[in-house]
Amino acid sequence: MPSACRRRSATGIGNIPHSTLRAGWPDQGLPGWRGTCPGRDDGYVEDSAGSASGGLASDERGQPGPGPDHGATAPPADQQHRQHLWDRLLHRQWVGKPCNTGPMRRGQEDRLVAGVAACLAARLGIDVVVIRVAFVVAALLGGFGLAAYVVAWLLLPAEGADSNIATKALNDRRGLALAAGLGSLLIIVFVIADGLGATWLNSVAWSIVISAVGITLIWRNTPPDEHEMLRRLAEPVKGLTGASGRRRLWLRLAVAVLLLIIGMAGLVSGRSAHALLAPLAGLLLVIIAIVILLGPWWLRIARDLVLERQARTRAEERADMAAHLHDSVLQTLALIQRRADQPQQVIQLARAQERELRSWLFDGLAPGSADGQETTLAGGIRLIQQEVEAQHGITVEAVTVGDCELDDDLNALLAAAREATVNAAKWSGAPTVALFAEVEPAEVVLFVRDRGRGFDPQAVPGDRKGLAESIHARISRHGGTATVRSVPGEGTEVSLMMPRDARRRQPSRPART
Amino acid sequence: MPAPQAQGGGKPRVFIVDDHGLFRSGVRSELGDQVDVVGEADDVAPAITRIAECLPDVVLLDVHLPGGGGQDVVTAIKATHPQVRFLALSASDAPEDVIAVIRAGARGYVTKTISGAELVDAVRRVAAGDAVFSPRLAGFVLDAFAALAPAGGAQTFDPELDQLTPREREVLRLIARGYTYKEIARELYISGKTVESHVSSVLRKLQLSTRHQLTRWATERRLT
Repeated sequence: MPSACRRRSATGIGNIPHSTLRAGWPDQGLPGWRGTCPGRDDGYVEDSAGSASGGLASDERGQPGPGPDHGATAPPADQQHRQHLWDRLLHRQWVGKPCNTGPMRRGQEDRLVAGVAACLAARLGIDVVVIRVAFVVAALLGGFGLAAYVVAWLLLPAEGADSNIATKALNDRRGLALAAGLGSLLIIVFVIADGLGATWLNSVAWSIVISAVGITLIWRNTPPDEHEMLRRLAEPVKGLTGASGRRRLWLRLAVAVLLLIIGMAGLVSGRSAHALLAPLAGLLLVIIAIVILLGPWWLRIARDLVLERQARTRAEERADMAAHLHDSVLQTLALIQRRADQPQQVIQLARAQERELRSWLFDGLAPGSADGQETTLAGGIRLIQQEVEAQHGITVEAVTVGDCELDDDLNALLAAAREATVNAAKWSGAPTVALFAEVEPAEVVLFVRDRGRGFDPQAVPGDRKGLAESIHARISRHGGTATVRSVPGEGTEVSLMMPRDARRRQPSRPART
Repeated sequence: MPAPQAQGGGKPRVFIVDDHGLFRSGVRSELGDQVDVVGEADDVAPAITRIAECLPDVVLLDVHLPGGGGQDVVTAIKATHPQVRFLALSASDAPEDVIAVIRAGARGYVTKTISGAELVDAVRRVAAGDAVFSPRLAGFVLDAFAALAPAGGAQTFDPELDQLTPREREVLRLIARGYTYKEIARELYISGKTVESHVSSVLRKLQLSTRHQLTRWATERRLT
């Protein structure tokens, strides 16, 4: 599990901040090991988890130190750090006295998975490494460790949370149903496996059932940060199954073939056909009985899951639609209200909005995106001109010199140009905006100029600074540059430049505008 | 940029050629009493006769007319009365048509979206013998000359007429970006008169270049 390894190294022995080490050096009896409590470097003191830890810190200060002049002989920082690692390994107190007597909490600092081991370590006064090894060994021997870990995860509240996950899970009826369904399914699988003679599975069966049920409950009721952790732990598995259709197919085939071989081997393993028939028939009956008993319930759970997913998809679509309507229709309605006294403009606005809405509803074209509607730069500029003129009732003098096909970079440039034009239309107060684009062999330059009120770039009000920054952000990712020049009372000019992709470069054609 | 009226007598005398009566009266009212509108016409043939009669300082000329292009009017009048100046005024902007009118002899081109004050200013400048380039015309001209440049064959190549100087290109770019002559002068650290002379020089090249690529450019555009 690569993610776990990454965390291990990050939270491992070398993770104590230098400052802590150096500060801790003169005070402690053991060089390089700050206290008697292994959990101490887990952030228990720093976290100010309660009065208990505060009192603890002051207690330790009172311990007899090696002498006041010890600090003066401390070696330089990096050497000191290295020495500390070594000292720490040599003098590590594998078992000490418990240092946390408050309620047990799973901390954020020194956790590999959920912080259970660190929590136990702090409570029992045993080094966290010992506890982790114990968990892993117990997990390998019969799976008990895994189950115990999951149960502890359920029962121990996280730091900062007021209840544990189990309490929350009790209120999650759908989660409980899901867990029960999964548990019963697993039990049946194990019973069948037992019937087929795979008795060795019995030793791990219960821990697997408990773990699966527990993880299901945790998955449904855990806070987002631990959710993220689970997701990361599941990533390698997802990589195996979800990477590509072909790989998934091979995996499924392999598993099926493996099961087939095992089953066939079991069937033809020397027993007489007669002796085999009776248990097989019995097994079949049991399975049928269980399916009849529990089948409808499983079906309902599966259907619930499907319904839940559908509801989520619908919610997302709704949000999408709301965003679109906000960007287009609501804006237009606001403009129409403001221009109620100018019927010509209102008609124009309404017509443009109708056209856009139709193209969105029936042709699936995103409004305002140049790609998909126009394939050349001049066409994209013309589109910006039309839309801004229609929506903001100003004149856009668009001039294009040369032309070329649009690619991702130039679409980004057009998006930035659109934003600059809309901004000028909204804020400058000028009746016309000049939009000039020129396609040169190595780059495309684009200027948006208004003769409006302008602003002082030194004393920028938030909104226009936002303009410069957001335009810059739009195109800098594609290698372009943006500058905004403005003089109060004289207007604003936004200059944009986008280098042309060398591979796509071709002789520029005359503009069609 | 108020330029002194060349012909003396204060207000320039203006003749309007456009096939839409509504538009003609609109222009008339926008120009107001700043100019002296001496007549109007709605097609090529009446325009030629009337202009020859009243000999205005400036003709505001629609690029598209029912009986032919605006350039027919320019060509006919230029032959007999070279002192009459033309300012093309258009809503629809097929570049080849605009360039054709300019090449026929119009001294400028503005779009119909122009404000009244700007139109008066443009008329004054054309009357004074200057060239009036709208951003769009500047773009067209840049486009036309850019199309010429790479073809650079050795035949009748006349750099004097077939190429823009870097400075002229710079001036045209700034016009296309929406700068006024005054702002261009400040931007390039040159005087307003120098800007004027650059623009006039571009106009001259546009009108005098015999390079057939310029015509071919127009033809190709018409085809695409």
